[in-house]
Amino acid sequence: MRSVSIVGVGLTKFGEIWDKSLRELVAEAGLKAVADSGIGGKEIEAVYGGTMASGRLIGQEHIGALIADQLGLNPLPAHRMEAACASGSVALRNAMMAIESGEHDVVAVGGVEKMTEVDTAEVGFALGGAGDQETELFHGATFPALYALMARRHMEEFGTTEEQMAQVAVKNHKNGMNNPYAQFHKEFTLEQVMNSGYVASPLKLLDCSPITDGAAVVIIAETEKAKKMVEQPIEIIGSGQASGSIALTGRENLTEIKATTIAAQKAFEQAKIGVKDVNVAEVHDCFTIAEIMAIEDLGFFKKGEGGKAVEQGKTAMDGEIPINTSGGLKAKGHPVGATGVAQAVEIVQQLQGKAEKRQVKEAEIGLTHNVGGSGATVVVNLYKKA
Amino acid sequence: MVDAAVPIHWRRFDERYRLIGNKCVTCSGSYFPARPVCPNCRSKGKLEKEQMPFTGKIYSYSEVLVGPIGFEFETPYHIAIIELDNKVKILAQVVDSEKEKVKIGTKVKKVFRKISDRDEEGIIAYGYKFKVQ
Repeated sequence: MRSVSIVGVGLTKFGEIWDKSLRELVAEAGLKAVADSGIGGKEIEAVYGGTMASGRLIGQEHIGALIADQLGLNPLPAHRMEAACASGSVALRNAMMAIESGEHDVVAVGGVEKMTEVDTAEVGFALGGAGDQETELFHGATFPALYALMARRHMEEFGTTEEQMAQVAVKNHKNGMNNPYAQFHKEFTLEQVMNSGYVASPLKLLDCSPITDGAAVVIIAETEKAKKMVEQPIEIIGSGQASGSIALTGRENLTEIKATTIAAQKAFEQAKIGVKDVNVAEVHDCFTIAEIMAIEDLGFFKKGEGGKAVEQGKTAMDGEIPINTSGGLKAKGHPVGATGVAQAVEIVQQLQGKAEKRQVKEAEIGLTHNVGGSGATVVVNLYKKA
Repeated sequence: MVDAAVPIHWRRFDERYRLIGNKCVTCSGSYFPARPVCPNCRSKGKLEKEQMPFTGKIYSYSEVLVGPIGFEFETPYHIAIIELDNKVKILAQVVDSEKEKVKIGTKVKKVFRKISDRDEEGIIAYGYKFKVQ
């Protein structure tokens, strides 16, 4: 199988970007990625885009073709992938397979979401479709409520505390201070997170990731070709994807996202490395409990010990394994379709030594973990210098 | 609204009004709501309607203070995952109960209630909720 590397990355500022439309966001990130790769653009052979809910949020579908058109890439084949909040990673994986198969040598992968053109209730309804609309949202279970149900079991079974969850928010907001692209440049104390008010108990407002506009683009190429294109391509050495029950009630338990465990296992097997080899990771912290479960399910910590690990600073910038150096979904922001691609951008910058104030020393191997919905889709990728 | 169409509601009366799911006679697995394919046996499965028990206990819960569209007048309310007496799990609201009693392990029973009222001219959706026994 042919190997795939990232040769260029581009990101827009994340946040409430009222002066830019979806097409302008994706064009901005796309042009930055092309500039970063040093190619003229003519080498690109296909376009893959990840978007979750553009139809509901801005009334626009057919996003693959829209991206190709707006970036001047007609008549290249263009695709749009949807897997809720994992749409970006699924687009990246499918683009990788297009290169691995030999069909293409260079492909542009974009993730984008424009979430602030409708009110919060409408966004909540659109995101509710990432779970089981007919048995969850119908009964009044919002996404915070679904993760709250998982959090409650984690507290019951392992003694995880609301303070430990709040520490995830404190850490990620601290990391976000050093990310110029982050939605929030604001630190919070443990007390502020604890006093931020319940949205769905035990989760509070500051346990939740925000509503965000933003786009991220990566240019990927066959690795031998990539080495001739740029000084330091970043190879994707392992990739795993798994699905799980769309509704929480279909799970064996609520304290593990099994699709994460399976996707990680596949990625590590393919890369022929173990979790101890990873130096930096971007994990899916749509809610603080999600980061605690992710670092357990990925194998960084034993099941039930994630909360303690966060409390002890093991996942901080200077800890054993820095998690979400970008600020994560929590502080960087979560434009759902863009998130998976944006995670890859952070890891590329870390491995290239370009992460500035957020730079993890001697970062050799990076990991991204992107979840769709409450865990029905998970993609885990592993990266190293090519 | 996606649930403005009448058939979306009436084709689920068995599920929402009567708590009828299905079971696979090949593997004895019970499902709620009824599944179109047995996930264990797939094409070899044979699914039949099955009445779910009306009682169970709370497996996990959350008090929702910010509800979705159609639930503006309901908040705050409790959402729970309930393990029915036959071990099948179901997500529903827990209503008409003292807040202190809504916790893991509490026994609950099914009640029939209005679920949501999304728009003045639209359909009022009814279905199951649970209350502390």
